[in-house]
Amino acid sequence: MEFTDAQVQRYSRHIILSDVGGKGQKKLARAKVLVIGAGGLGSPAALYLAAAGVGTIGLVDGDVVDLSNLQRQILHTTATLGQPKVESGKKMLASLNPDITIKTYQENVSADNIMGLLHDYDIILDGSDNFSTRFLVNDACFFAKKTLVSGSIFRFEGQLTTIKPHEGHPCYRCLYPEPPPAGLVPNCQEAGVLGVLAGTIGVLQASEAIKEILGIGEALADRLLLYDALEMKFRKLGRPKDPDCRLCGPNPTITNLLSDYTVSCSL
Amino acid sequence: MIKVRIPTPLRPLTKGQGEVEAKGGSIDEMINHLEGAHPGIKGRLCDEKGELRRFVNIYVNEEDIRFLKGKDTILKDGDEVSIVPAIAGGN
Repeated sequence: MEFTDAQVQRYSRHIILSDVGGKGQKKLARAKVLVIGAGGLGSPAALYLAAAGVGTIGLVDGDVVDLSNLQRQILHTTATLGQPKVESGKKMLASLNPDITIKTYQENVSADNIMGLLHDYDIILDGSDNFSTRFLVNDACFFAKKTLVSGSIFRFEGQLTTIKPHEGHPCYRCLYPEPPPAGLVPNCQEAGVLGVLAGTIGVLQASEAIKEILGIGEALADRLLLYDALEMKFRKLGRPKDPDCRLCGPNPTITNLLSDYTVSCSL
Repeated sequence: MIKVRIPTPLRPLTKGQGEVEAKGGSIDEMINHLEGAHPGIKGRLCDEKGELRRFVNIYVNEEDIRFLKGKDTILKDGDEVSIVPAIAGGN
């Protein structure tokens, strides 16, 4: 693969970085990243992945663009209201970087389609909005041996971690063994979220994915990053491998995707 | 005194405070002390049997108490305890 003069110019600020260079830029061009949810987290993440020249970006989302999305979902605009989010997102990404391939999957992730969706991708970025999808995506990435960059947001707080049990690091169930039961927790839509918080965490997810592709820096694979926007405080907590983990421990009880991941959406 | 970091979802129980002080020589004692000052908080952290819920983690300084001694983890003056529930929003 050779870059055109325009591409060399487009990626020049990457190429002059000694840790990236032309070689790293080619890794980005060959990389395939699946973004689950073209919403609050998926929007900023996908924009930066596209700008960075990640060669193939997959967008999975079954929803259409709603006016209440535009406070934070910057892949979409007033002009794309009512359109499928994956189509709206594809237009935006293609206008930013026409060199890359954008694949769209206008569906919600489920136990039936997840393994097929993951199959062609190297790295999965989870920007979903509910616990059932998060646990499903974690389990599926474990079985498919795919690196998962997980971000989540709630009101003014965010969490970020990189999950790669296939390289000996903990999985999401090592951190939280089970989702909360339905009924114990308020609904996501009622809870609200600071729009720009989605940008902060989504961009950090893109950063983790890009480091992973380039093979540089230290992945957030044994730590959980917490961000509090009100206090402007970042903290990293230890995230060890759970020897009793039902999924990635030595005596697993989850050996296939579960038949039911239905739970409520947040604490 | 122990400093306890309260996550956003539990702040309605602490009058909006993100950090409260508590007493106790162990996590178990600290939770009971917190419940005295902020009624309802124990039920959010522990199930009917008194076990910590599996979607809420408690850290002493930067370590998850599940990998220390659970609710019997010893606390000393000046420790910082963080309550960190799973959150799922992304949309």
